[in-house]
This record gives sequence, C-alpha cells and structure tokens, in this order.
Amino acid sequence: MKKDVHKFKLNYSKILVHLILILGVIFTITPFLWMILTSFKTLTESTMIPPIIIPKRFCFENYKDAVSTLPFLTFYKNTIISTIAKTVGQVILCSMAAYSFARIEFPGRDIIFILILSVLMVPGQIFLLPQYIIIKKLGLLNTIGALILPGLFSAFGTFLLRQFFMTIPKELEEAAILDGCNHFRIYWNIMMPLAKPGLTALAIFTALWSWNDLLWPLIVNTSNEKMTLSAGLASLQGQHLTNFPVLMAGSVLAIWPMIVLYIIFQKSFVEGIALTGTKG
Amino acid sequence: MYLKLKERANIPKLEKSKKYNTMKSKKINDYFWGYLMILPTVGGLTIFYIYPFFKTLFYSFTDLGTFGEYSIVGISNYIRLFSDTEVWMSLKNTLMFTIISVPISIFLSIVVATLLNSKIKGLTIYRTLYFLPAVTMPAAIAMVWKWLYNYDYGLINYILSKFGIEKIYWVSDPKIALYSIIAISVWSSVGYNMVIFLAGIQNISSTYYEAAAIDGANSINQFFKITIPLLTPTIFFVMVMSLIGAFQVFDYIFMIIGTSNPALKNTQSVVYLFYRSAFELGEKGYASAIAIMLFVIIMLITIVQLKLQKKWVNY
Repeated sequence: MKKDVHKFKLNYSKILVHLILILGVIFTITPFLWMILTSFKTLTESTMIPPIIIPKRFCFENYKDAVSTLPFLTFYKNTIISTIAKTVGQVILCSMAAYSFARIEFPGRDIIFILILSVLMVPGQIFLLPQYIIIKKLGLLNTIGALILPGLFSAFGTFLLRQFFMTIPKELEEAAILDGCNHFRIYWNIMMPLAKPGLTALAIFTALWSWNDLLWPLIVNTSNEKMTLSAGLASLQGQHLTNFPVLMAGSVLAIWPMIVLYIIFQKSFVEGIALTGTKG
Repeated sequence: MYLKLKERANIPKLEKSKKYNTMKSKKINDYFWGYLMILPTVGGLTIFYIYPFFKTLFYSFTDLGTFGEYSIVGISNYIRLFSDTEVWMSLKNTLMFTIISVPISIFLSIVVATLLNSKIKGLTIYRTLYFLPAVTMPAAIAMVWKWLYNYDYGLINYILSKFGIEKIYWVSDPKIALYSIIAISVWSSVGYNMVIFLAGIQNISSTYYEAAAIDGANSINQFFKITIPLLTPTIFFVMVMSLIGAFQVFDYIFMIIGTSNPALKNTQSVVYLFYRSAFELGEKGYASAIAIMLFVIIMLITIVQLKLQKKWVNY
C-alpha cells in the first residue's frame, strides 16, 4: 500500500516536469510554426484579425516571389561552397597545427601558441576593416574566395583540437615513431581517426557559424550573384519591407538545410557542443 | 590495428641504444615537421588576424575614409569617442542587453537541463526541439520575430489583446525595443546553453545524490546544494562565452532595427555603431577607435571574471 502511494507521487512529479517542458517547447517552436504557416498564406490572409492559423489553401506563390526577386539558387550555391570549403579547410589546417602544438617539441612552440590564444580573446570586429581592405587589395571583393579566405584559419579550432589531442594517450604514436613514420603520417594515419569526436565538433561549429554568419558576407559581397543566404535575407527584407509571407518563405528557404542536417546528425551536434563546454 | 600497434609499443625498451643514437636527427626532424604543420594556420592567422589587429590599432589614430586614403590625426578619434553621445548610448544599450539577457538565459538553460536530466520519457524529442533555435540562422530568426512583433498583424499583440492588453510597438517604441531584442536573444540561446549544462550535470557523480537522498534532501534541496555548486565550472564557462558574445550583438539589431527606426538610438549596439560608421558613414578611422574600445571593454570584463571566479567557482 505504501509503495503505491510513493509511485503515485513520483508520477505526479513527472507530470509536472512534462508540463513545464511542454510549455517551454511551445515557446520554442511557435516562431518556427508561425514562419512556416505564414509562408503559405496570401498577403490578405496574413493580415486578417483574428489571425487565420492554417491557411485555407497552401499557396506556393510566396516561394515563387522570393525566388524571382532574388537568385536563391545562387545563394544556395555560394553558401554551400563557402561552408564546405571553410569546414574542410579548418578541420585539416587546425588539426595539423593542433597536432604539432600538442605533440611535437620545437623552439618557440609555447610562445606561438600563446599568440594564437590571444587571437581567441579579441572580438572579431577588430579584424574586420583590415580584412576587408586586404580582400579588396587582392581584388577579391564580390567573389566566393572573399567569403572563404579569412574563415579558413581559426584560433578557436586550433585550440579546441590541441586540447583534444592532449587527452589522447601517447603510446600508439610512440610505436609508430619507432617504426620510422614521420610526423605527418602519424598525424594523418593515427591521430586523425582517434580524434574523430573533436574533429566532428569543430566541423559542426564551423559549418553552423559559416552558414549563419551575416556581418562578413554583408561587407565583402554586395552583388546578388555572390551573396550568401544570410545576406540575401537582409536584401530580401530591403525589397519586401512588409510583405511578411514572402519574407517568411525566404526565411524557410534559408534555414531548412541546416535543420535537416541537424536532425540527421543530431547526436554529433549535441555531443560536439557539449564537448566544447566540458573541455574548455 | 590498435592491438597490433600496442604490441609494437613494447619494443622500444629493448632498443634503447639505437634510439639514443638517432636523437639528434630526430630533433631536427621534429623541428621541421613542427614548423611545417603549424605554418598554414599560423601564417593565415598572422595575415588575417594578428596583422589586422595592429592595423586597426593604427587606423584608430587616423582619419581613414572610404577609399583607403588617410592621415594621422593622433588621439582625436578617441577624444571624439568620449564626447559622442551615440557611443555612450550604444555602450549603455550593449551593457543593458548583456546584463539582462545573459543571466536570464543561463538561469532558464539550467532549469531546462535539470528537468531533462530527470528520468522521463521523450528526452530526445525535447532536446531536439529545444536545440532548434541554435541551428537557425539569426537573420531568419530576426525576420520571424519581427513578424511576431508586428504592431497591426503580429501574433503577440493579438494574443495579448485576448487578455485585454493594448497593442504595443514592440520594435519601434524606444522604451521597449531593446527588451524585445533581449527576448529574442534569450529565446535563441537557451537550447544551446542547455546542451552544455546537461553535459555538465551528467558529469556529476550520482553518489552525491544518493547520499543526499539517504539524508532526506528533497529535489529542490539537491538542486541548490549539489547541482548548482558542482555545476559552477560549467556556469563560469558559459557565462564568459555568453558575455563575450552578448557584447558583440549585431545580427538581430541590424535585421530588426532599420536606420529609420525611431528606436535606433535606444537599441543600437556597439558593433552596429561600428558597422554603420565603417561601412555606411565611411568613417573607418573612427570606426577603428570604436572597435578598439570594444576590445578593451571585453578584455576588462573577461579579466574581472577570471579574478572573481575564485570566489564562487568550485573546481
């Protein structure tokens, strides 16, 4: 009898936990639902009071409008190319440097590493103007190269992976050194497979940050042909100031690839973010 | 492969003398690979980050304009900074944004993480949904919130009207707009921080809770006496990162508050002011001084936090 009371009490508290969590979920996903629903409404439907929650007829006109006002296909291409280039580039370059900092002893190593750490402390805006001027001097304004170039190098990524490499036991490499492997082979054949969680974390960070970045693409690429989705949305807003169904359609177009990726690789996303929190 | 390599790892002890002979060439070999492997990253960081840092510092003492021509003007940009009310306003806005949004976000994230840590069904679904804003482009988030905040047709004003509350100019009333932006920032950051806190909570050994349960502590007590104290290193990490991020707030304000918005002066952040000065008003020298000011402030805040951590973080 006593046990039953206890069980009932436990369930009661679980229901409370669910209720609070569901309330939070409602707050979290309402904007998403509203974005999607609005994107299928006609302009008149979207401005009805009381609001129509589900549109009478799902119309794709807003998507057509968005795509015809601005070259979204080109935005996809630019965003995807620059995101992949930055992600692959950072994972390779940062891991290489991180291996060297974590495993090889050479003069000046610690000083150089501290110098890189100090880059991590500085807010990104400090670099912006000179970076812009360098890109301009290289004649790269309004090119995909401009989107990629500074983002290939990352103090954060180097630091993250160096910390990660430090946690990997050394005995595997020691055997390889005696077998006469050079450092690059040890790094590539032994460390890289072992560092997968760290590399995945960095890849996810870089991809997310690159996909969503606004300020840098806004500055270097002003022509429609070389814009990213993020900057494209800003420019769509400039042209459809109050036509929210079209703006919502544009937003849906800009966010769905990342959300799909997240749902597929959910575990890696969550573990990657958690990794930076526990290793930092 | 692992086992095979492990077997080989036992060999070195037998061949110690051979190892010693090759020490010198190994050292040179180490230097070669060491420098070569850091070269791309260190080179890139030098060109695109370290050199630009000093360049911005230099520009802040010039009147650099749109086309790159400049003359040195001494500290006049900095003198102007101190007398520019727009700068002071932007600092005040950024500070307000930070000190309100960061603690609220951290508090809510810890609450959600704690709830998700209880043994309930549907954990993965909750986590997926809460994390959604973290993978969503801020520009799109800004857009949908601007729509929700819309004065005439926005969902929020409509829901409030059901409770008899009058319509509010969420993003153009100078007294309210900043808080509307803060709400977006909290909404978008809770899921991200929650994941970090959840990992932190899961690292806490269950023996603490078992001992507390034997002593008769209820879950509220356990939360304040065990979870929070043992989570302080994670809280510290999230706080340092969030404060740095909050001080650089730009995307939401840029997307929502246009230059003709009456609430511009009351919402404009330091980075937004920097952006406008550099790329809209063409005052790159002055913008550089603003960037340097931001750098100094973030440095000071981070140093203060590092100093204060001994007082409250349990390692």
